[in-house]
Amino acid sequence: MYKYDNYDQQMVDTRVEEFRDQTRRRLSGELPEDKFRPLRLMNGLYLQLHAYMLRVAVPYGTLSGAQMKVLGDIADKYDRGYGHFTTRQNIQYNWIKLEEAPDILADLAKVEMHAIQTSGNCIRNISSDHFAGAAADELIDPRPYAELLRQWSSFHPEFCALPRKFKIAVIASDTDRAAMRLHDIGIQIVKNDAGEIGAAFYVGGGMGRTPMVAPCINEFVPLDWLITYSEACLRVYNRYGRRDNKYKARIKILVHELGKDEYTRQVEEEFAHLKSQGIEPPLAELERIKPYFADPAFKAGLSDGIDRSDPDFALWVDRNTIAHKAPGYVSAVISLKPVGGIPGDASADQIRLMGKLATDYSFDECRVTHTQNIVLPHVEKARLKELFDVLDANGLSTPNLDTIEDIIACPGLDYCSLANARSIPVAQKISERFASTGKTETLGELKLKISGCINACGHHHAGHIGILGVDRKGVENYQLLLGGSEAEDTSLGKITGPGFDEDGIVDAVERATDVYLAKREEGERFLDTYRRIGMDPFKEAIYG
Amino acid sequence: MVELLRFRTDEPSESPAVTVDCFGEQTNAGAVRIEPGDDARELLPHLAHITRVEVNFPVFGDGRGYSAARILREAGYEGEIRAVGDVAVDQLAALRRCGFDAFQPDVPMNDADADAALARWDNVYQKTTDGRAPIWALRHGNANA
Ligand code: HEM
Ligand code: SF4
Repeated sequence: MYKYDNYDQQMVDTRVEEFRDQTRRRLSGELPEDKFRPLRLMNGLYLQLHAYMLRVAVPYGTLSGAQMKVLGDIADKYDRGYGHFTTRQNIQYNWIKLEEAPDILADLAKVEMHAIQTSGNCIRNISSDHFAGAAADELIDPRPYAELLRQWSSFHPEFCALPRKFKIAVIASDTDRAAMRLHDIGIQIVKNDAGEIGAAFYVGGGMGRTPMVAPCINEFVPLDWLITYSEACLRVYNRYGRRDNKYKARIKILVHELGKDEYTRQVEEEFAHLKSQGIEPPLAELERIKPYFADPAFKAGLSDGIDRSDPDFALWVDRNTIAHKAPGYVSAVISLKPVGGIPGDASADQIRLMGKLATDYSFDECRVTHTQNIVLPHVEKARLKELFDVLDANGLSTPNLDTIEDIIACPGLDYCSLANARSIPVAQKISERFASTGKTETLGELKLKISGCINACGHHHAGHIGILGVDRKGVENYQLLLGGSEAEDTSLGKITGPGFDEDGIVDAVERATDVYLAKREEGERFLDTYRRIGMDPFKEAIYG
Repeated sequence: MVELLRFRTDEPSESPAVTVDCFGEQTNAGAVRIEPGDDARELLPHLAHITRVEVNFPVFGDGRGYSAARILREAGYEGEIRAVGDVAVDQLAALRRCGFDAFQPDVPMNDADADAALARWDNVYQKTTDGRAPIWALRHGNANA
């Protein structure tokens, strides 16, 4: 894992002091709320329906055991004993007091953490593959590149008042586990024909009310120009992104309106200019960062056998563990989607426990997934049962990864001031319905995502099944979408037709899954069947 | 309270600033005012005889002026770049880094707050034209990068 040096630590400490000063000026009345708002947003502090919400950055989703422990302690000390893991691999607290926010930041800084640029119109926390460094299919660990970009984007002086928020994801395998092409910039680290490592840039993806899949604007940016190229992409956006309408301000609209070719031409022109400005860190900096992400000391000669005599354990192994690049190891996913629970929520005790398990079982490392679960990336197969028993005793052994119960849901009307409808109760009802009928297992991989309004925080466009809360004459109403994906086969879901009330949407989801079960061919997932047979059979069954 | 905060030793020029459009026709004007939608690059052929560029920030959240200033500095412009409009202490450090060396906000800034804001950051992560060595340069023993 990356470790701060004195410089990194000083930057974060300075930010704590700066924010403490800004908060002081707000509380004394020197700063009115409208001036304070952009300042607090640059630091992840939102004003929600009932209280302030603080979003803490988890760069590229990677955390140490000690950092998890502090996240749990913060939930106890400053919140109501819970934390909420988000779709951008961060964690949020929903019940924060403004006066205490600087102290929380100070607690975080002690374990090399912060809330810098977790909201506001700036470059946000950089996300990555949650199996980075463990996945059997990756070219190289993407996180050193993400760390290089983290430093470049932190307090970037030119890009602190962009037209809109800016999200970057970095991956390094053909399997996309980070929704890379639904980001403002998605970077895939690739190897060219000459065997050199470089970066493919996808620019202009995003969700929200106008979802778009990012086109590739450059298939190979050499590594010694990674920062300069990123800066060129951002400068063109900062200068020409729309500022007249906040719903058209994301870079996806600029790329769409200019056309990919014209946007690319402008970036290349800016890039040619910036190349002479000496803004690129030397490759030595990347080499300095890389060893922090070196493989931990995997044991050699481990057996790959797992004792599957306990059926509950065997099911969990099948569902929640993923192949690892080192023999004798797996990545284990802790589901934060207990049946009937709030997706992504964990209690302070659970967060601390997961931190301890990371230390004890996974070389002191865990990951937050964009699907709101926690990964222990490097677990010895021989110790899996022991781990499972601890998880099971603490309500953390739900075997439902990538199933219809593994729902992404935004906070919705329970917390969010922009919401049209509640998301959480719908997620709870769906997981209860499918768990009780036992269909979850039969359905296999099925990604269901719920947003409480068109802003799409719950990625509904990218769900195999998506649910969108809308306001229909003052009544909560839900639209159903089918056919989205945020994996390497990125696609956007289509609305089936008229919406439903809360119980109606649960029935409609069930009818859609029945169509799949009736029509599926050997080896097909829900998404594959939908793509083969199209919308009509689903519509018929749903509205019949 | 400061009306004009300036980090230059030359005498401030107070000749009236013309718009970028007008400047196209009367390129002998010494001062130009850039609005957010203007292209700073239109001024590049004429930088030698411009002594002051004002960059207007009609609203705090419109960050186009940051790019405008950097573009001028990257092209070698050494005259004054003055931020005017909705400019507050919390932007000072970033504006300085982008090449602004004078500030004339609509609402005068509190001196102590401005001093604190400008003194706050000992180090920086990025290289710009402000002459500060970024952290990556310090790490690799190159304070002049
Ligand atoms: C409760 C307070 C929240 C508010 C007020 C809020 C607001 C918004 C808004 C306005 C957008 C649309 C931005 C745009 O299209 O330009 C958005 C997008 C998004 N938000 Fe939230 N959000 C909240 C909570 C969350 C949470 C808890 C998560 C994570 C679980 C989240 C993740 C996202 C994501 C992934 C997007 C889509 C980004 C994209 O368009 O590419 N948000 N949010
Ligand atoms: S999708 Fe809408 S309701 Fe849900 S958190 Fe985002 S803004 Fe709020």
